[in-house]
Amino acid sequence: MNILTLVRQVPDAEARVKVSGSAVDLEGTTLVIDGMDEYGVEEALRLREGGANIEMITALAIGPKRNEDALRTALAMGVDRAIHVETDEKLDAVSLSRVVAQIAQAENATLILVGGQEADWDSQALGAATAERLGWPQLTWTNELKIEGESISGRHDVDDGNESFSAPLPAVVTTQQGLNEPRYPTLPNIMKAKRKELRKDTLDTYGAANTVRVVNAEIQTRARMNRVIDGKDPQAAAEQLLDLLRNEAKVLA
Amino acid sequence: MKLIVAEHASGKLTKATLEMVAAAQNAGGEGPITLLVLGQNVAAVATEAAQYAEQVLVGDSAALAAYNPEVWAAAAAQIAQEGEASLVLIGGSRSGREYAPRVAVKLDAPYLEDATSLSVNGETVQAQRYTYLARVTETVEASAPTVIVTVKPGSFAPAAPATSTGAAAGEQYDVELELPAARTQITGRSVEKTSRVALTEADVIVTGGRGVGSPDNFATYVEGLADRIGAGVGATRAVVDAGWRPYAEQVGQTGKTVQPKAYIALGVSGAVQHLSGMGKSKFIVAINKDAEAPIFKVADYGIVGDVNQIVPALIEAAKK
Repeated sequence: MNILTLVRQVPDAEARVKVSGSAVDLEGTTLVIDGMDEYGVEEALRLREGGANIEMITALAIGPKRNEDALRTALAMGVDRAIHVETDEKLDAVSLSRVVAQIAQAENATLILVGGQEADWDSQALGAATAERLGWPQLTWTNELKIEGESISGRHDVDDGNESFSAPLPAVVTTQQGLNEPRYPTLPNIMKAKRKELRKDTLDTYGAANTVRVVNAEIQTRARMNRVIDGKDPQAAAEQLLDLLRNEAKVLA
Repeated sequence: MKLIVAEHASGKLTKATLEMVAAAQNAGGEGPITLLVLGQNVAAVATEAAQYAEQVLVGDSAALAAYNPEVWAAAAAQIAQEGEASLVLIGGSRSGREYAPRVAVKLDAPYLEDATSLSVNGETVQAQRYTYLARVTETVEASAPTVIVTVKPGSFAPAAPATSTGAAAGEQYDVELELPAARTQITGRSVEKTSRVALTEADVIVTGGRGVGSPDNFATYVEGLADRIGAGVGATRAVVDAGWRPYAEQVGQTGKTVQPKAYIALGVSGAVQHLSGMGKSKFIVAINKDAEAPIFKVADYGIVGDVNQIVPALIEAAKK
């Protein structure tokens, strides 16, 4: 079977995000492979190492040139090859799923792994939309995964707790913290990765058009009061805080 | 019509559903507000729903006894199509954001995810949403005969029932649904029960970080304070990773997003991933002995001090 694992290159969590005009500007921002997607790359490798019959693991990125770095990271971690659909057009997740679904079919993928909520667009939609386009089941927020013949089983988080599941393949799985600990690429693997295939592709043939326009972006931080109380006298500090919560903020009875 | 897929638990509409009703009422645009109630034995929910909507559509069937994304998406898409819905509102819960994209694909409709505001002008729907770990607020827009929107819990004041004013309750109709068989088998289920109020519904949340010191301290201080003031209990990723607390309590990018009136962070340093899950709280309180902790930058009230000393004093003072 073939696994397709999706990656994005996103700002490092601690990096400053800035807005120019009415759009986010990533110029000069430190970018890294999205941590949520990295769990998917790692899981594909572990499924193979665990004995599942996996012919090909392909990392796929759709987006601007910077995504090449995320694909290089995935190759250095151990995926077999990479595909980069390079575009500066900012596609929404549902439009993007059109491209992913077509590539999954062309690549004969049986399992698609994608991060549960990426750190750039804060969306959880790509996995579900791709599953619907392919007519496949989906398992979201997965933190345990096994392949057993023609099906997968595992555990995932739901609204009020978690569930154990089993589902037929092919399927889409969205990944998250707890699934695994992603490995660091070793130097030999980084060297090896340079010889692996990174196929370039364009958006033209996929018929994907953005349906959601971003009309404005703002860094909105609520003005905070930053009233800091010295805790040297715990009794006095506690009483002062309680008084503020009750009488100034009016959030406690 | 403006179609709202009701979320309900234990035979009652959730607060998130009443928030969606308010969002639909205030958004502008045409058409009656319609609540779709899906499940098994949901008559009581449908009756309650009739107090909030002009019409209530009820899909009551054994096939809907348990939530499944493929089945829910099929039901919502069918009703949206038959009713020529201009707007389909789905809860921004984990399950809502799981099946809403499938509805969008089925209807070839644009999808605005996790909206914190909503306005409709003809066929154009505009919403705001957070991006980049909730550090950026984006205004997004889509134009189509039908637009699918998930509404972020906590973003709208819940709607009040209409019937108290003597207005007629919404009419109820049973609907026939063509549902696919669920392919995913649920082989086990662990509901993380708590006697406390659910995190996403809580007005006040007390959260503990590694700075609390130990699982025992977490129980004494975080749970102790929460119980004293009737709050929900949250935890940081570090605490969950260390195995002190269940994942269900985790607040942040990989956990729950919360927006309470007051968020009280005990021994929490304030990593960006954590702030993305709680940074929109109305009031943020930080208690931490490290005066340099980033959490103080986003706090309204802070105490620089040891949780072990401050919290017992706080619990004591709260009794008065």
